Amino acid sequence: MRHGGSVMAPDAVLAVHYAREMYGRRQESVRLWVVRRADVHDLSDQDLLQPPLDRSFKKPGGYVMRDKLAAAREQSGQSKSSGGRRRGAPPPTSEGRTK
Amino acid sequence: MTDPLALDPILAPGDRARLPFNEDIPHDERFGHFEEHVLAGGKVEATDWMPDEYRQGILRFVEMHANSELMGVLPEREWIMRAPTLRRKLALTAKVQDEVGHAQLLYRVAEDLGKPREAMFQDLLAGKTKFHNVFHYPTESWADIGVIAWLVDAAAIVAQQALRDSSYAPYARTMRKICWEESVHIMHGRDVVVTMVTGTAGQRAALQEALDRWWGPLMQMHGPRSERERDRDIHWRIKAKTSEELRQEFLSIYVPRIRELGLTLPDPELRLDEATGRWLYTEPDWQELRTVVTNHGPKSEERLAFRRLNHAKTQWVRDAILSGPATTAA
Repeated sequence: MRHGGSVMAPDAVLAVHYAREMYGRRQESVRLWVVRRADVHDLSDQDLLQPPLDRSFKKPGGYVMRDKLAAAREQSGQSKSSGGRRRGAPPPTSEGRTK
Repeated sequence: MTDPLALDPILAPGDRARLPFNEDIPHDERFGHFEEHVLAGGKVEATDWMPDEYRQGILRFVEMHANSELMGVLPEREWIMRAPTLRRKLALTAKVQDEVGHAQLLYRVAEDLGKPREAMFQDLLAGKTKFHNVFHYPTESWADIGVIAWLVDAAAIVAQQALRDSSYAPYARTMRKICWEESVHIMHGRDVVVTMVTGTAGQRAALQEALDRWWGPLMQMHGPRSERERDRDIHWRIKAKTSEELRQEFLSIYVPRIRELGLTLPDPELRLDEATGRWLYTEPDWQELRTVVTNHGPKSEERLAFRRLNHAKTQWVRDAILSGPATTAA
């Protein structure tokens, strides 16, 4: 089951109908659960869900920064005080290399 | 990826004996052969004959490096119990353990040159020998940990990469192992910085504030300019690059990486001169550097005092291990 999205309805019966229209109209769903938002309890703490039992924090593979770096570059490009930021030029050496 | 334990083979003692400076000949001849050997790119092992100047030079160099690894854990150690997540706490703990391991490796290299390890500890604790300026400063927030693990370690690795081809082979081999391990530390630091920069406004502000404080010490870290021709450590190929060359290398790699995150550097003069390819910057405060490395920095005394206390409290362990086999009652 994957999170599809949200609907706003006055009662549960209509909520189910709306959900079918939004998330089942093109046969993209084989099953739908419709739950009142207040009844969803979130657990997202990575320390509990993905404790680093594999010691990945000791290895280069434990630090995949591609998406975060892209987000940071994008964000600083849009900020008004980027102060001489250059985009595009790749760094001359990689700090991950061993030679 | 290079196997971290792949080390060059060392010559067997028989082969080393055939080197002319290891023969029992007059001192000046030995000195001449030794210098020729080193200047031609030859390596020196712990069992070789060495001129006093070379032995003292490499000992001083490695001892300061070992001291720096040992004292360098203290600023980071302050944040182990205050890390924001379990993963960060474990990563920081592992880094601190690695650094102490590096200190052990380097004291091992140094003690083979003739100075006992206990004497090196006593000199460090008495404030007679030095450690790098950056480890004399306080940490104010978790952002400092990101800045230290990323940029301080990066400045160190720029120097350490250049030492991987040192003429003193035991040191060169140790540097290859240390550089591989440091590269993961730098990733950890950069991950902390990039996470904070893409976090809340408060996190970004904390990071900028930390960078503003650490930039001065970072610029001082490689030391004042020295002339290549007059530098004895370069003459003996103990190190290959001057302070300024290391600083330029650090700036070339890391200033763009800092700026691409939207962070600014507090030096208005800092810029790349396109014509010469050299970075221009406000002259670092060399007086501050001198004051700090002679153990008058903001945290020098507190951290040395901690080390003295730790040394005293662990004396019973050394006594137990070093006193030899226990004799049973007859």
